[in-house]
Amino acid sequence: MTDKAVKPVVIEADSISTFQVTVGATGTKFLVEIRDNKRIMGIKCSSCGKVYVPPRSHCPTCCVKMSEWVELSGKGTLTTYTVVRYKEPYQPKEPPIIYGVIQLDGADTGIYGILGEVEPDKVKIGMRFEPVFKDEREGSLLDIDHFRPSS
Amino acid sequence: MADRVGIVAVAQTKFDQKREEHLTETLVHVTKDVMGQTGLEFKDDGTGIDSTVVASQDYFGGPGGIHMHYAYTVGAYRRPDERVEEDGAFAVAYGAMQILSGHHDVVLVVGHIKESVCSKNQVENLGLDHIYGRKIGLDFVAAAGMQAMRYQHKYGITPEQCAKVVVKNRTNGKNNPLVMYANGITVEDVLKSEMVADPIRVQEAKPVPVDGAVAMILACEDKAKKLTNKPVWITGMGMCYDHHELGYRDLADCDSLVSAAQMAYKMAGIKEPAKELNLAEVSDHYAYQELLWSEGLGLCGKGEGGKLIDKGTTSMGGELPVNPSGGLLCGVPLIVAGMQRVAECVLQLRGEAGGRQVSGAKTALAHGVEGPAGQLHCVITLEK
Ligand SMILES: [Zn+2]
Repeated sequence: MTDKAVKPVVIEADSISTFQVTVGATGTKFLVEIRDNKRIMGIKCSSCGKVYVPPRSHCPTCCVKMSEWVELSGKGTLTTYTVVRYKEPYQPKEPPIIYGVIQLDGADTGIYGILGEVEPDKVKIGMRFEPVFKDEREGSLLDIDHFRPSS
Repeated sequence: MADRVGIVAVAQTKFDQKREEHLTETLVHVTKDVMGQTGLEFKDDGTGIDSTVVASQDYFGGPGGIHMHYAYTVGAYRRPDERVEEDGAFAVAYGAMQILSGHHDVVLVVGHIKESVCSKNQVENLGLDHIYGRKIGLDFVAAAGMQAMRYQHKYGITPEQCAKVVVKNRTNGKNNPLVMYANGITVEDVLKSEMVADPIRVQEAKPVPVDGAVAMILACEDKAKKLTNKPVWITGMGMCYDHHELGYRDLADCDSLVSAAQMAYKMAGIKEPAKELNLAEVSDHYAYQELLWSEGLGLCGKGEGGKLIDKGTTSMGGELPVNPSGGLLCGVPLIVAGMQRVAECVLQLRGEAGGRQVSGAKTALAHGVEGPAGQLHCVITLEK
């Protein structure tokens, strides 16, 4: 053994599995309505009356099975946002990307959206937005291409 | 049931990039350190360390299987060995519960992470739900950006107040020889630094990548008193999870931290935390979080985190110094973060915190957090 520096061996390790994950019956209904009808649906708890978007099978507060679907206009109010300035391989668009949480009219919770047709420095919490759907839709939240400013 | 749990030894590595060191070497280093401090070995007959609790994150193992390494590396295999895939403060709490339940008397707790093996952002993207959050490309930086924006908007917290947290902690860190990112940064420097996820600038985020580990030994009261003449007692513990869906929460209010803190204070008999605590080590992954978490911990009123930093209450020499160690903004790995907060409190209460010592400290609070925008919190109160 000598003290002469030996470059350490670095191995490359990868995750080799991809995953096939069901979104469940509630998620399927929500995403199929977006894909086939360009409709954003909420789901209402019969116990506390809250309307959830994105929907869950059970109310997160009451743990009651929810089955009452509520059709929403898609218009809503921005509750918060950020402008992501860095690039990562999992991002669906080129940065800068404006990510927001939008509380849709008639819903008690907010949904994630990418904001578009607006400059980052013009975005303000409380602004009104509406969805713009992709022409080709696959049954994913990304079928909403972006939310644009609206009345 | 055991009376009290005492922390009898703590060890920390330097927090830097350990690209040329396999994590097993890091683990041996901190484990041997706390074993040496106490003279304890792994034993089956109740005369040594009864069990281990290890906190880490599988993806930082390159990738997966990170928890396979600990027990065989330190000579603790074929024994009780629990794994915590959460912030390290939770591991301390679980270790303490093993003792309070009477199941074990002496527990060794370790937290370790090598952020340098992979992309922290890519791993944290996997921390969002796979149907919506992950699909749309969110990660913990973006989640923090949305939380900071909402917090500043709702309570009028200013960018300057957030920048002051960076200045305070990077100054405090100059007295901590284990951190790499302490410096004399100014408010102006922070506010001129590159925007990462509005309103968060690069100097307001925990430096990445940082590698390191922390270990500590917990013991039941009678054994703790025999193992050291300076035991530090865990007086309260609380933990709480919020919904992972960011749109289901008001991000400007950290309700789950309020619950975790109240649980810990109730157990500790603390009525007025701002008056009864001598210092707090709070997980500041981002500058705004020290202010928001201070509110959740009841160190000030709701929306008053900005005033707290303006008044100098949380500075060294203030009434309640927060992050005398320099906090995460001086560079501490995630997961290790919460356990390192506990370790720093122990050093403070033993009077062994060197240049960062809060004089006369008798009570302290350590806080750990995980998940997007502070989804889950763990609060531990300590006294000497
Ligand atoms: Zn309900």
